[in-house]
Amino acid sequence: MFLSQVTSPHTVRHDHTRNIMRRVILAAIPGLLVSCWFFGLGPLFNVLLCSLFAAGFESLVLKLRQRPIGFYLKDYSVLVTGVLLGLALPPWSPWWLLLVATGFAVVFGKQLFGGLGQNPFNPAMLGYVVVLVSFPVDMTSWPAAHAVTFSGGLSHMFAGTPWLDGWSQATVLDSLKNNQGLTLDELWDGYTGFGWLSSRDSELVNLAFLLGGLWLLHKKVYTWHAPAGMLGALFVMSLIFWGGNGSESNGSPLFHLFSGATMLGAFFIITDPVSSATSTRGRLLFGIGVGILVYIIRSWGGYPDAIAFSVLLMNLCAPTLDYFTRPRTYGHDKAKRGFNTEGQ
Amino acid sequence: MSTHWTLHKFHGGIHPLENKQQSTTMPIQQAALPGLLVVPLLQHIGQPAEPCVSEGEHVYKGQLIASPAGLGAAIHAPSSGVVERIGAAPYPHASGQPYNAIEIRTDGKDQWHPDIRPANPDELDDEQLLQRIRAAGISGMGGAGFPTATKLRSGQQASIDTLIINGTECEPYITADDMLMRERAADILSGAAILQRLLDARQVVIAIEDNKPQAIAAMQAALGTRPWHVVSIPTLYPSGGERQLIKVLTGKEVPSGGLPAHIGIVCQNVGTAAAVHDAVYLGRPLISRITTLTGAALKQPMNVECLVGTPVIELLQQAGLDQTRMNRVIVGGPMMGFSLADLNAPVIKTGNCLIASTEQEMPAPEPALPCIRCGECELACPAGLLPQQLLFYAQGDDHEQLQANNLFDCIECGACSYVCSSKIPLVQYYRSAKADIREQQQKQIKAEHARQRFEFRQERLRLEEERKAAERQARAERMAKAKAAKEKADAAKPAPVAGSDPSADQLKKLKIEASMARVALTKAEKQLAQHDTPELHAQVAQLKATAEAAQQALAAAEPDATAAAPAAEKPAKAARPALSEAAKKAKIELAMARAALKKAERAEASEDELAPLREAMLKAEQTLADAETGTPE
Ligand code: SF4
Ligand code: SF4
Repeated sequence: MFLSQVTSPHTVRHDHTRNIMRRVILAAIPGLLVSCWFFGLGPLFNVLLCSLFAAGFESLVLKLRQRPIGFYLKDYSVLVTGVLLGLALPPWSPWWLLLVATGFAVVFGKQLFGGLGQNPFNPAMLGYVVVLVSFPVDMTSWPAAHAVTFSGGLSHMFAGTPWLDGWSQATVLDSLKNNQGLTLDELWDGYTGFGWLSSRDSELVNLAFLLGGLWLLHKKVYTWHAPAGMLGALFVMSLIFWGGNGSESNGSPLFHLFSGATMLGAFFIITDPVSSATSTRGRLLFGIGVGILVYIIRSWGGYPDAIAFSVLLMNLCAPTLDYFTRPRTYGHDKAKRGFNTEGQ
Repeated sequence: MSTHWTLHKFHGGIHPLENKQQSTTMPIQQAALPGLLVVPLLQHIGQPAEPCVSEGEHVYKGQLIASPAGLGAAIHAPSSGVVERIGAAPYPHASGQPYNAIEIRTDGKDQWHPDIRPANPDELDDEQLLQRIRAAGISGMGGAGFPTATKLRSGQQASIDTLIINGTECEPYITADDMLMRERAADILSGAAILQRLLDARQVVIAIEDNKPQAIAAMQAALGTRPWHVVSIPTLYPSGGERQLIKVLTGKEVPSGGLPAHIGIVCQNVGTAAAVHDAVYLGRPLISRITTLTGAALKQPMNVECLVGTPVIELLQQAGLDQTRMNRVIVGGPMMGFSLADLNAPVIKTGNCLIASTEQEMPAPEPALPCIRCGECELACPAGLLPQQLLFYAQGDDHEQLQANNLFDCIECGACSYVCSSKIPLVQYYRSAKADIREQQQKQIKAEHARQRFEFRQERLRLEEERKAAERQARAERMAKAKAAKEKADAAKPAPVAGSDPSADQLKKLKIEASMARVALTKAEKQLAQHDTPELHAQVAQLKATAEAAQQALAAAEPDATAAAPAAEKPAKAARPALSEAAKKAKIELAMARAALKKAERAEASEDELAPLREAMLKAEQTLADAETGTPE
């Protein structure tokens, strides 16, 4: 007769970190599909290549660190990094750009800090920023919607063939940033493929990520705090500094919510638990911080989209947020906040 | 009477699968009388009881077989028979270690002790009531096992507004209280009435989770005209935790490190109330309890009324144990219970549930992944802690941060482990971190004592040295004086009396000084007994030295003519300081032991850690008593 000796609790919820990661990947599929609708198979190729590279780098490092490869690959966390990078980078990006981005994300962003759970920065965003500052030209040449042919995309991706005329287009955020005295209406009239709020591809891709995010919320993969904080802050900031529709306009609140990587950021990037603040209140503040920074950088900074920089900056603040957002423990009058480490 | 009752919420909480219906399909069954009863001496929080029977002695059912020592509860023979052995025996404890027990070979007659008599509580005064409860050896039956009489006594000293009768039974699987309420509601309530009377509580609230409609109905029906409240509270683990329940019912929180009595509340489990009824009305000690037998490895899960001391294996077999399917046996619920190492271990007073589970039901834990800081554990924690941060600090052995993050407010409910998607055994980390911290604190106390002892010794040696020097000087002076006097006498032959004049004066002065020093010393010692501070210790040592020096000076100054009398006195005088020295040392040691114990108790140290401290204190008390009786005054 065998009696196993296990400490309590003896029953646990049948959920697993790998399920959470799987759900995140699943929830990104609508966004990926919509993106493919506009950019052909480019986004899919991005995602596949990045995932492949990510898994490769992860296995390599695990092997060097003499860790069980299968066990850690099975937690799917590295795939999430790969998928998010693939979605964030311009479709049909050159393969080496994807390689460098994933390499930095997985090796420097994650494994060098000790692997899953140890990374202070969001790995995908770290990889993104590295290629953004190293290869600004490639990073800002987004293909125009419905423009690139399959073979053209493939040869751009693998042979480095430059885009043909008309295959690439400045994003709406770029256009707004470089606006020279046009009113918003004039500006968007001159922009091919402008939809209701933003460029057609932007707004629909954002919408798809929003839906995926709502599903994740519904599945309780994370709480509403971080996304709501970010979107709320971005909304409020853009409302305050909107400046109407004249030539000095910074864009309407809805324009900001549905342009660039806003929704991807709000529901897939800043919700990475590892590099975010840990309490719900901390996450709300974390989200608010990202929202404000995104707006500041978009409107007055040097980069048209700003999710990655904002997230990394807030990653730096996360430990401090943790110190200042400790919950009040039962039986204590006040929460212990701040850096105080006194026992009482 | 069921009036509207405003409920509050505690933070967090979880909804594990209840699995309660399996064991409530039939009424409470009577467990078979086992051939051998294994009755451990420790079935409660506190110190083990001391056996008062010897091997080979015949005992009646209900006869006292071990009496409480210090904080504890009496233990009685659960059935009639012969004491077969007293010694280490299988014991239901997380450590899996055996513990001292009294083994009784039952004679099958199940014969009650003739002294066991019913009583009418209306004819007893409060003191007699409490005495009956104490004599019955009742300790909390909800799982913690705190001696009930002690809890009531401290409740009497506080001013109690609300008595909460806890029938929540929030752990999955367990249905012992549920069945007890269904079948013995009237007994529970009359026991509760006694508790209310003893505590002088203004109101009584009976709390039951809303997943027990039959129990709620039964209690409500038995209430009669009592102006009490049967409150149905939402099912949410761990609402039955004392602190959580208090929050739910009153919105108040027990201060960290404090007791419910501090905010005018006392909680008692329904099983305890029923035991109080039995003890007071029937005179019956606590020798049996309702235990849930459940788990997928049992063919017929049920609740049994079983004798304390019944081996677990016999009960499980009665419920149709399939040993081939069983993978573990849990004592208590699946959230906070422990896995049993030896099925021959008995059911004790706190044993509310036995779960014989199958592999499928409670699979071996999965390998843990790193914490991804998902925050699920924080959302679940009923104590408002940050389990993920505690984990981080526990892994880094950062005791300072652990305490800053209120590790000791963790009630070890297991909610965080339950929800953790990385399958991290969080509670296990907290348990061992707590044990580590306590151990370190013990070490610190020890080191501090060693330091104090060292300093005392240094101080004593120094004073001794000073005293000797003073003595030498006094002697030299005296000799010089004597010489001078002699010279003077030699010079002026008459006036033989004159020589005694100055020395008589001096003697008087020294006497006064000595007695003043003694008075000051006694006063300081008294103070020391009341307030045990290092300053006082030093002061006393100082005064003592002064007194001794004065005494010495006096003795030295006394003329040789009277040497005979002081010589007789001297040993007594010498003996006195020596003995009071021993007494003083004993006193200091006792005070230290007391302080250590108090500190440990405040830190809610576990019983294993408290017991040696208590022992040390008792020993110190004994030493002091010895030293004091050895002193002539
Ligand atoms: S539930 Fe587990 S993985 Fe999530 S934060 Fe808590 S300890 Fe970490
Ligand atoms: S075991 Fe402790 S930390 Fe975990 S949920 Fe319960 S009280 Fe909170």
